[in-house]
Amino acid sequence: MGYANSLYLTSAEIGLSITGLVLLLVTAWTGRGAARIITIAAAAALFGALVFTAFMMDDTMRGLAGYAFGDLFRVDAFSSLSKILIYIATIACLVLTPHYFDRRGEYRGEYPVLMLFSAVGMGMMVSATNLMTLYIGLEMSSLASYVLASFARSDSRSSEAGLKYFVLGGLASGIILYGISLVYGFSGTTSYDGIRLAFDTQFNTGAVFGVVFVLAGVAFKVAAVPFHMWTPDVYEGAPTPVTTFFASAPKVAAVAMLVRLAFEPFGGQSGSWQQIVIFAALASIVVGALGAIGQQNLKRLLAYSSINNVGFILIGLAAATPQGASAVLVYLAIYVFMTLGSFAALLILRDPEGDKLTSFADIAGLATRSPALAWCLLALMFSLAGIPPLFGFWGKFVVFQAAVQADMLALAAIGIAASVIGAFYYIKFVKVMFFDEPGEVRSFSAPVGHWAVLALSVLVVSPLGYLLTPWLGRMADAAGLTLFAIP
Amino acid sequence: MIGIEHYVVVSAILFVLGVLGIFLNRKNIIVILMAIELILLSVNLNLVAFSAFLNDLVGQIFAMFVLTVAAGEAAIGLAILVIYFRGRGTIAVDSVDRLKG
Repeated sequence: MGYANSLYLTSAEIGLSITGLVLLLVTAWTGRGAARIITIAAAAALFGALVFTAFMMDDTMRGLAGYAFGDLFRVDAFSSLSKILIYIATIACLVLTPHYFDRRGEYRGEYPVLMLFSAVGMGMMVSATNLMTLYIGLEMSSLASYVLASFARSDSRSSEAGLKYFVLGGLASGIILYGISLVYGFSGTTSYDGIRLAFDTQFNTGAVFGVVFVLAGVAFKVAAVPFHMWTPDVYEGAPTPVTTFFASAPKVAAVAMLVRLAFEPFGGQSGSWQQIVIFAALASIVVGALGAIGQQNLKRLLAYSSINNVGFILIGLAAATPQGASAVLVYLAIYVFMTLGSFAALLILRDPEGDKLTSFADIAGLATRSPALAWCLLALMFSLAGIPPLFGFWGKFVVFQAAVQADMLALAAIGIAASVIGAFYYIKFVKVMFFDEPGEVRSFSAPVGHWAVLALSVLVVSPLGYLLTPWLGRMADAAGLTLFAIP
Repeated sequence: MIGIEHYVVVSAILFVLGVLGIFLNRKNIIVILMAIELILLSVNLNLVAFSAFLNDLVGQIFAMFVLTVAAGEAAIGLAILVIYFRGRGTIAVDSVDRLKG
């Protein structure tokens, strides 16, 4: 494994970093005028990274996984599939962004640059096989996210969201880091394989503390109950395109990082973390479902919906089997498209003056005013609720199947029962759109990019999505197995 | 003789003080930024102490990374605080209440 091979394996990250740095210079020189072009360049760079990673996925499926730079960084089917999802979500967010800020004259070239750096950090998070790489990747994506959350400088809600996200994100990083220091102290190494070996021979109280701190900090990042309280505030306050981003790409990265952490370094100790994950999963499903019921703000509602979805994802993790890991990835893939679609629809909702519509009252009777949008939202909401003909059902199905195969019938049963509570507010969405009296008549005009993202997402969650299952399942199975193939 | 356990205890105390500083602080947001720094410093103390104890350099290299990231984090935190102050005219913790569900 020479240096050239390491560079080859990390070329997606290196390419994105260089593009980000060059675009940062271009922004500094050209000022506000070039923001659009920089966005297009950033999206092109992400697309290049996506194509490269897709080829890499093809390689890794044939077992050509490799370590880069010693044992710091690993490219395998798991990291490649996660990166594909991350890059798709980031590109979609870039498409959705400029229109939102343009109307307020606030769009600047730093935005796509920050997205690029965040994408680099997320790629490092999912590929990390050393706690040091993990920390650097995590901070790289988090620091960019704090700035993005407060990007609408004139909006006091946005800066408040940024502040809250910063404080709680900083606390979460501190907790992870404290856990890492304990894990390092009690295992003597920061490499995943080394930690696994060390814990197999000796796993004392100090090490348990370390593992719990690390997992609690990551639970903060994925917004699992009981560490979810920042989510609704940040999602509501941040500009909607940024919220779209938070709910999609960083969520994939954080969950993938959690899965790799749980199965690789802490894989031998699954007995000691399974209880915590089961609790977090059920609590997230229940809190996500109950918390959303009283909400009037649609962004807050989608925040609770994302907490709810994280609960289902954690059920796959709690199974602690290769099927569970594969189910997590399948669920994530479907979740990304459902989220992107819902937020794209939310971004299309504007009154003729360009003000955002974000409450239930604003979408009353949407079916008569904009049937296309209403039907798209209907498909997305039913899919989020997991109603069978739609693709969202498949995600829930594989997750529960993994839990049942791991002899966790009680967990699966409670999860299914709680998902029925969650269906209440998704159906309320549909009821308000189709059966409530419309308020004042409004028309919507959105750029074609918004509709394209919405249409693509609806296409994926529609029953046509099932055509993807053999392909997606094969990739996810290969990815799940790589996590357990470590000696 | 001061052993590894003393360092770990001091570091644990600093960590707890940092966390309490975030949650119990009712005054202003700068104190929260200081509390976050305190948490990161407690981690550094832990890493360096373990590094010396284990005779392994990785912990010290990690501590350098943490210092660097902490500097970046503080810069971004203060920048966000400046934007917040411009919009609101105050940095009292009690003023952070516009987003509630």
